[in-house]
Amino acid sequence: MSYPLLTITIFLPLLGAVLMQLIPREKATAARWAALSITILDLLLGISLVTGFKVGEQGMQFVQKFAWIKTAGISYYVGLDGLSMPLYALTLLLSIVAILASWSIKERVREHYSLLLLLEVGMLGTFAALDFVVFYIFWELVLIPMYFIIGVWGGENRNYAALKFFIYTFAGSVLMLVGILALYLTSGLGTFDMVQIMQSGYHGALATFIFVMFFLGFAVKVPIFPFHTWLPDAHVQAPTAGSVLLAGVLLKMGTYAFIRIIAQILPGEFQRFAPFIAVLAIISIIYGALTALAQKDLKKMVAYSSVSHMGYIMLGIVALTPVALNGAILQMVNHGLITGLLFLIVGYIYERTHTRDISKLGGLQVKIPILGGMFVFAALASLGLPGLSGFVGEILILFGSYAPYKIYTILAIVTLALTSFYLIRANQNAIFGAGKTEHEGYKDANGRELISALPLIILIAIIGVYPKPFLHYIDPAVNTVLQMIRGS
Amino acid sequence: MNYLSIILLLPVLSFLVLVVFGKKWGEKSAYVSIGAMVVSFALSIYALLFVMGGGHTEITFTWASIGSFKLTFGLLLDALSAMMLVVVTIVSLLVQIFSFGYMHGDKRIGWFYACLSMFTASMLLLVYSPNYVQIYMAWEGVGVFSYLLIGFWFEKRSASDAAKKAFMVTRFGDLGFGVGLVLLYIVAGTLDMDKVFAMHLPEATAALIAILFFCGAVGKSAQFPLHVWLPDAMEGPTPVSALIHSATMVAAGVYLVARSYPLFEMGPVSLEVVAIIGTITAFMAATIALTATDIKKVLAYSTISQLGYMMMGLGVGAYAAGVFHLMTHAFFKPLLFLGAGSVIHAVHSQEIFDMGGLGKKMKITSITFLIGGLALAGIPPFAGFWSKDEILAGAFASGHITIFIFGLLTVLLTAFYTFRLIFIVFFGKPRGHHGDHAHESPAVMSMPLIILGFFALTAGLIGSPFAQNAFQGFIAHGHEAEAPNYMVMGASCIIALIGIGFAYMKYMTNVLPSNVISKDNFFYKLLVNKYYMDEFYYYALIVPTHAVARAALAFDQKVVDGAVNGVAWVSMQFGKGLRHIQTGYVQNYALYMVIGLVVLLIWSIKILGLF
Repeated sequence: MSYPLLTITIFLPLLGAVLMQLIPREKATAARWAALSITILDLLLGISLVTGFKVGEQGMQFVQKFAWIKTAGISYYVGLDGLSMPLYALTLLLSIVAILASWSIKERVREHYSLLLLLEVGMLGTFAALDFVVFYIFWELVLIPMYFIIGVWGGENRNYAALKFFIYTFAGSVLMLVGILALYLTSGLGTFDMVQIMQSGYHGALATFIFVMFFLGFAVKVPIFPFHTWLPDAHVQAPTAGSVLLAGVLLKMGTYAFIRIIAQILPGEFQRFAPFIAVLAIISIIYGALTALAQKDLKKMVAYSSVSHMGYIMLGIVALTPVALNGAILQMVNHGLITGLLFLIVGYIYERTHTRDISKLGGLQVKIPILGGMFVFAALASLGLPGLSGFVGEILILFGSYAPYKIYTILAIVTLALTSFYLIRANQNAIFGAGKTEHEGYKDANGRELISALPLIILIAIIGVYPKPFLHYIDPAVNTVLQMIRGS
Repeated sequence: MNYLSIILLLPVLSFLVLVVFGKKWGEKSAYVSIGAMVVSFALSIYALLFVMGGGHTEITFTWASIGSFKLTFGLLLDALSAMMLVVVTIVSLLVQIFSFGYMHGDKRIGWFYACLSMFTASMLLLVYSPNYVQIYMAWEGVGVFSYLLIGFWFEKRSASDAAKKAFMVTRFGDLGFGVGLVLLYIVAGTLDMDKVFAMHLPEATAALIAILFFCGAVGKSAQFPLHVWLPDAMEGPTPVSALIHSATMVAAGVYLVARSYPLFEMGPVSLEVVAIIGTITAFMAATIALTATDIKKVLAYSTISQLGYMMMGLGVGAYAAGVFHLMTHAFFKPLLFLGAGSVIHAVHSQEIFDMGGLGKKMKITSITFLIGGLALAGIPPFAGFWSKDEILAGAFASGHITIFIFGLLTVLLTAFYTFRLIFIVFFGKPRGHHGDHAHESPAVMSMPLIILGFFALTAGLIGSPFAQNAFQGFIAHGHEAEAPNYMVMGASCIIALIGIGFAYMKYMTNVLPSNVISKDNFFYKLLVNKYYMDEFYYYALIVPTHAVARAALAFDQKVVDGAVNGVAWVSMQFGKGLRHIQTGYVQNYALYMVIGLVVLLIWSIKILGLF
């Protein structure tokens, strides 16, 4: 690496957030365009990371490492592999979508965009960090902007939701921190370097203790049943940009950490507890689908559907087979695209109807055919329609999970009927039907809204039609993980 | 690029173009879609000739691979797929031409043609498929475009309900298909058909997988007990019904069984299941058709019944006959549907008792409809006779006597309800004033009727003893066709004529009293209510599902979230003792936590003496 491209892409939004403060408070349009330009520039730089990535090679790429606090063994250490690269790219893209989605925000525009940029730094850093301290800082950095985004620009019940989100996930991160400290203090290496720590084995009660700390911390984030109840509140109350990033990126931090940290540092414990996590995963799958079916609120339905979909990803992770793990990682990206799109469209619909009550919607396809059509598309993608990306991840997970978990896999397949049921029902009741007079005069999607959705739609279709190149990115990282697990 | 992929890609391209420009181009969209289909049809003919000349093509490429795990895509051209290519493209082409007249003036016509294109493309992808993943994907593609087409007039609640029902019911069957796929991958390690068929799977395993696949076919091909979606699917525009009921959608299930025949043969029990379900379906649907009064519903139940025959044929081992019936049915059924569309277009009603005496006003429609009716009823030399007869002969020859008898009974019922329909609609005197202004439909609509009529008359001959069963020889790779059974032929022919005779006596003369069956009769009520299958599903499946979902949500809010809030409440009570640091700002709490952790960190470093 001749120049630190990865570091630049991580911190460019931070620079942006600082520079934003130079824009006078009342110049909302300038703030919007500034934030948009920064995220687009960041994506363009990110694309050169994607194209420069040596596909098929194991190990970290674009690595940068220098000592930060030498005495404590803390270093600034970042890099990307086949596991983090897809999520990194997803974050860059969804940040732009989030900026476009909040265009209609009228109050404290500059602050809103500064927070979105800070959030982007946190998300990018989390996926790139290879030092525990750096990782923890970025992980926590995500929390604070999101807390304010929900609490300040959220819906009618925003204070409760923001506080619940913060305390619940912060409690999770504290447990994670305990785990990190325990690793640091007992490894005898005197370093927070993740890659080095991965090489040292942990056994016995200590390993179990650390596992439990990490498990609780990440399970909240994913979220896995029964740690999920912060999610519906936060998703529903968050403004559209917040929901898109919550569902699209923040949940993936949990599943990412499961693979990066638990599976690679505590492979023995992970294998030991995998059957137990699988039970929670299958409960999440079925339970999330049932609760989604019972929803009367469209946004809440999408929120609960995430619990179910993340359950599939967890099932793929704990199956510990190459096919399932590839599927799980691909599905993390797919879920980000698809559920991000669903939240985006639901947000745009809400801006017009000012209701999310499914029974009060209906007939939208007549009044706003483009938005209606995009919702139907996203719903079909979400229920795993072949030809769209969700299907690919799903079948890989199911093919790969059958050998270790036969009954769960069959249950997971059967639950797909429930998934279809709630999504098709949403199409039916919210989008189809005769046009209603109270929806008269709505304007269909404008250029900005269209542009924000199109990249997601196109990617969902491309991955769905031809997943091979995407799997080539992921597969080497999966091999690394599974080698470690087999070696334990 | 291979011409085979062009057959597939043209309608896909048409779809993509029309999604973007369909609204702007309006009715001109039809040219794009029809033009694409003309070329695809011509190339399909070329492909068929190629195969008839002994050709065989298989192209595959990797779609997804992970280590040794590989999913491929490909194009397989053999006798079965070549035959289906031609059938699918010609029926789709004629339906699209017909639609140009039928859908005239519809404001979403561009979208209509986009969906028709992709619906056909999905079916082509399915037909071509050399492996099960591709079949499954195309299968779901067929499902989703039928969903969009059945619900094309989504403003109507009944239409979007029907679309939802079709999607959900077929998806329900697909769960079996999905489990079967995973299972097959586990036992065979591959999903490529030729590799699977070359294996010797244990009999029980093969039977289980075959039956799971058949679950999908039961949904798609509207077999008992998942047939309930098909009659409702009439809510779609009539040309869509014509397409769904012939070459696409319902044909997919039969095609899956035919394609997977070697797998079914590995576990012969599965074929018995196919035969029994097929027979039940054929008979049951025919009985319901007796009492239906909506012209499209009568035809819908006749489709279910005929699909039952196809399954029956495949199940009793008459493979070629089952496929043959799939082919002939694909000509005479869209003919009947488009004819019905022409009638509905003219009288603006679907109730047969609003019609009557239309024969004089709509000559082309009525003559072609009559041809289709004769083919359906199984009168020689019309197409349906030869193929249905082969199925019955197959049942008889293989010793399935009960199935054979029910097959014959169904012939009687079929002839009766078909001619009940024809006599009421086209003969006698007009009932009411719906038919006052009825006139023949424009050429764009009648021309497809004439072409389909020609095939309904002649398509069966290529599989008849007159042509030495050429079709069966082609499809079954040179397996010898059974010698024609003239006893079965004669019996089915006479029984069909008896059925027509009954219909004549009941509806054209007063020989049979009109109150042969009382409307309070138990059986009549059972049939009119379609054996209460819809009600059964509603109370046995949908109501309990919703109840469980509501219970899960209540549990979530009261118990799971209740526990979370309970923990928060308890902490607050503890916190009251420390009121002076309780500022109420979350940032402060966070700060305390961080300070606490730092202290903990320093303390533990000291204790452990790390520095």
